[in-house]
Amino acid sequence: MKPAAFAYRAPASVEEALALLEANREAKLLAGGQSLVPVLNFRLASPPLLIDLNRIDALAGVREEADGTLAIGAMTRHRAIETSERVRRANPLLAAAMPYVAHAQIRNRGTIGGSLAHADPAAELPAVCLACDAQMLIQHTRGTRRVAAHEFFTGFFSTALTGAEVLVEVRFPAWPAERRAGFAEVSRRHGDFALAGVALTADVKDGRCERARIALFGAEDLPRLARADMLLQQPLDAKRIAEAARAVAAGSQPRADHHASAEYRRELVEVLVRRALEQALAS
Amino acid sequence: MNGGVPVTMSVNGQEVSATLEPRVSLADFLRERLNLTGTHLGCEHGVCGACTVIVDGAAVRACLLFAVQLEGARVTTVEGLAPEGELTDLQRAFREHHALQCGFCTPGFLTTAHAFLLERPQPSADEVRAALSGNVCRCTGYLGIVEAVLATAQARAKA
Amino acid sequence: MIGQALPRMEDRRFLSGRACFVDDLKFPRMLHAVVVRSAQAHALIRHIATPAARAMPGVEAVFTFADIQRYKALIPIRLGPLPGFERYLQAPLADRRVRYVGEPVAVVVAENRYLAEDAADALAIEYEPLAPVVEARAGMSDTSVVHPEVGTNIGTRYTSAIGDVAAAFGRAAHRRKAAFRCHRHSAMPLETRGLVVVPRDGKLALWGATKVNFQNRRALAQMLGIAVDAIEMIETDVGGSFGVRGEFYPEDFLIPFAARELGRPVKWIEDRREHLIAANHSREIECELELALSREGEILGLRAQLIADMGAYVRTNGSVVPAKAAQFLLGPYRIRNFQCEVIGIMTNKTPVGTYRAPGRYEANFFRERLFDMACRDFGFEPAEFRRRNLIRPSEMPWSIGKLVPYEPPSEYDNGDYPAIFDKALEAFDYARLARQEARQADGKLHGVGMGCFVESSGAGPAETARVVVRKDGFDVYVGSSSSGQGHETSMAQILADELGVPMGGIRVFHGSTGIVPNGYGTYHSRAIVMGGSAILLAARKLKAELAHRSHGAPIDYAAFAGEEAIATFEQSKRTYTYGAHLAHVAVDPQTAQVEVLRYLSVEDIGRAINPLIVHGQAIGAAVQGLGAAFLDEFKYSEDGQLLTGSLADYLLPLATDFPVVEALTFENSPSALNPLGVKGAGEGGIVAVGGAVANAVASALQPLGVEITALPMSLDNLSAAIRAARRSR
Repeated sequence: MKPAAFAYRAPASVEEALALLEANREAKLLAGGQSLVPVLNFRLASPPLLIDLNRIDALAGVREEADGTLAIGAMTRHRAIETSERVRRANPLLAAAMPYVAHAQIRNRGTIGGSLAHADPAAELPAVCLACDAQMLIQHTRGTRRVAAHEFFTGFFSTALTGAEVLVEVRFPAWPAERRAGFAEVSRRHGDFALAGVALTADVKDGRCERARIALFGAEDLPRLARADMLLQQPLDAKRIAEAARAVAAGSQPRADHHASAEYRRELVEVLVRRALEQALAS
Repeated sequence: MNGGVPVTMSVNGQEVSATLEPRVSLADFLRERLNLTGTHLGCEHGVCGACTVIVDGAAVRACLLFAVQLEGARVTTVEGLAPEGELTDLQRAFREHHALQCGFCTPGFLTTAHAFLLERPQPSADEVRAALSGNVCRCTGYLGIVEAVLATAQARAKA
Repeated sequence: MIGQALPRMEDRRFLSGRACFVDDLKFPRMLHAVVVRSAQAHALIRHIATPAARAMPGVEAVFTFADIQRYKALIPIRLGPLPGFERYLQAPLADRRVRYVGEPVAVVVAENRYLAEDAADALAIEYEPLAPVVEARAGMSDTSVVHPEVGTNIGTRYTSAIGDVAAAFGRAAHRRKAAFRCHRHSAMPLETRGLVVVPRDGKLALWGATKVNFQNRRALAQMLGIAVDAIEMIETDVGGSFGVRGEFYPEDFLIPFAARELGRPVKWIEDRREHLIAANHSREIECELELALSREGEILGLRAQLIADMGAYVRTNGSVVPAKAAQFLLGPYRIRNFQCEVIGIMTNKTPVGTYRAPGRYEANFFRERLFDMACRDFGFEPAEFRRRNLIRPSEMPWSIGKLVPYEPPSEYDNGDYPAIFDKALEAFDYARLARQEARQADGKLHGVGMGCFVESSGAGPAETARVVVRKDGFDVYVGSSSSGQGHETSMAQILADELGVPMGGIRVFHGSTGIVPNGYGTYHSRAIVMGGSAILLAARKLKAELAHRSHGAPIDYAAFAGEEAIATFEQSKRTYTYGAHLAHVAVDPQTAQVEVLRYLSVEDIGRAINPLIVHGQAIGAAVQGLGAAFLDEFKYSEDGQLLTGSLADYLLPLATDFPVVEALTFENSPSALNPLGVKGAGEGGIVAVGGAVANAVASALQPLGVEITALPMSLDNLSAAIRAARRSR
């Protein structure tokens, strides 16, 4: 399974990468390659040019800003995020999700930017971004723009990224003291893509839920935030958790494929929302 | 050669230079150009782990890397884990615990376990299994492999 | 030496990455072949346009059916055929019609694989699609016919019987019937297939062969119209076989043909995408099974209808799958009245062949599930029921009559089935586990299940070995093949044991056609039984001769360097292993996830040459079988496209999936059918897995009213069963 021939460039800066993209609209950006290269090897895609982002050191790194924002460069390897003490302190949900992302060898090369730009509906990181109200920092030839996570994932393997643009950074808002998190997924084997998964955050003050984000992945054609208003201004107890889980499942539009039926995915959504909320309650 | 891209990397401690078509995978470069056939191809889509090599200290899939991406990198293959004619303690443990049968997956398990033990010298059995979950073996059922890795860790702790 | 758990002698080269698998071979001026395969399940080939491909850089040749037509080559049936199957043979390239996705249509030969794939892409093939037959039962109506020249998709239809099954059912106090299904899956060795063929001085040297090299050499010689001794098949290191590798496939003609045509070495290495659609599939059988019992739970009779999905052609050993499924429905039980109708259906899917314990995995699932269902309905304790019906030592040898059309009658030679069964129950702590509460505190449902089995091994008719003395050791040449089973060590142990010499210095060569005058190979767990026995006989011959020449003094082998002895061991009767498997599972009823808390495999193999190697076989087989029960699956779309076309979709068990698997080996009943007393250890370990673990899951889900009658117990299938049971309550 050898790929079709392509030209190759490894720019040293984002500007150079953008200029190449601008001049070669059929080109593909190569980040970790863990999703793109299999596609090339199966000859499901034959781009004439690969633009390798791995030489752009400025794109990798985990920074904490003064206001507590966690800024992660798009080319930061999953493994770096998984082992980052800073991430563990600044975003427990992201830290909890990392071990579920594929396998160690994939995490050693795969990048957060690559995962988000690829937007596999069954991937963990897009859902974590949704649950955290993350922001995508996108650079184009005339400057930068920011896109909120809930506007970034637009469809089946589709994002808001247009022609000559590069995702350069993912920004997670500061984690307030009252925020709890939950993460649950069901996959066929350890490390497989989720058949259904839930990443959620709930801010609980004085025993009541002030803000909640329930992000679903794996179950539908794209990752998305489910309606969580039934939880607001309520205590997080078993009864309300069960009701919320039922409501989210009822409101979902699960997909079917040869791994799982829509019905099974819908059942999993209910179970996983419940379990993730129970985790949040217990944490 | 059309559109050949030059690359210089170190493989098993030796500097290697070549000019290659960009689409040549690191696995094929190692196997065909350098005659290091210990790295095996089992799927060419990043699932089976037979092609795992160590690049700059990290275990990665050689079938998902293009050789031209490895400028300045340090690559270690199964052939480079021990000096010629010798076996590492991990390799000896594989033999003692019958951690291989047909041997096709073995190089990938060795590089993966080698890198893993450097990062996590005292793993639990569950951690070992999770660390090896990116490598497929059809013959052994994994028992001997997990035992060999744990035995190696235990022996190193005692030493 | 024999009986010692020695670490293997061959390991060093595998550990240091210096083994020699077929893709590791390189020859000067070597070309690379790519096989172009049908993208349609069923279609007429209107036109293949080759000029664009031929013009691509580095392309040496493009071959289609027109180029091989003069050979009139058809892949021969090696085992069988079942009556009627001989009508569905495969030519190495499709002529005017393709019958499965993956069928070879053309061969492109170029300077390297990359360029060959580029050229393959440039081949323009015009298809006229036809209605595909994707489901065996539906195919029986012959609305769309896979082979119109034959006129029917019903490839074979025959009935095997012993005793009087009608009378047995007539007097039965209890009857239980159910319909079962085992799914399509296969061996999926980690190394894909490959060949390197080097034409030299009018002869062909061929690497990449294994399993049945002598047979394949004869078949290839016949197809090419050349002398047998013009072909040499050389066995290198092989990355797992499990029955799937080594049979005669289309490529086994095409690559030698190409090398001869071009006068240059040609290498072909299958990639994983190809392997999934081109290497033999297996196990897809439906079975309607009915059991007749006396009031006390004695089995009076068993009646079955098997429908086996054969795929598009019958290749070398397709017959084995349904034939053995029928035979092994009997298992280790006292069943004197049996009838099985076997129906083999041709479909537009990859052809079916043997995969480790062919037909047995399926049959044991069907039978052991029905036993548990009957036990539940009629109030019998599952272990008690089995113990009562297991054949006793005093009843050995136990004849099962002639159940396979192309084989003579068979009998279970020896064994103490009840004693080993009891040992398995004890080792598993069955009595305590069976009394456990079904639902545990964590909300999971627990269940325990079992399955008993027999497995035949040591298929004949013969095997040949040569022992040659060296100054510093011995060279052993044996006709059986190796694909990772540790034969280089086990065979050396047999020699060392017999001659009383050290292991170091013994080299074992296997499989290649140049090393013994004739050989049969490795299949049906025969290598140690047949090859090992041949080595023993050759060793004895050598010892006797050299003892004579030493005039009573101890033999100084080094002084006899160059001497050799050759022997052939002949045995056509099979020798049977037997045992029991037990599983303890915990099912999460909310997600349908199953955790196999403990799996125990127990087998009496007569005599273990190397317990370390035997244990490795048992564990490996159990994990393969467990993976098959939950994960491995070939799924096809309605138009015959393989949906599970990568290893991200066809799921293999990982180190995290079944961490608690144990195996116990007994040497209770050595075989009297060979001088070593051994029975084969390669396949028994997988035979009972489907049945045992399905029984455990069924037991766990019993409170929910879920019935398990089909594999795999994937998350989707189990959740659907749980949902259906909930709705019907």
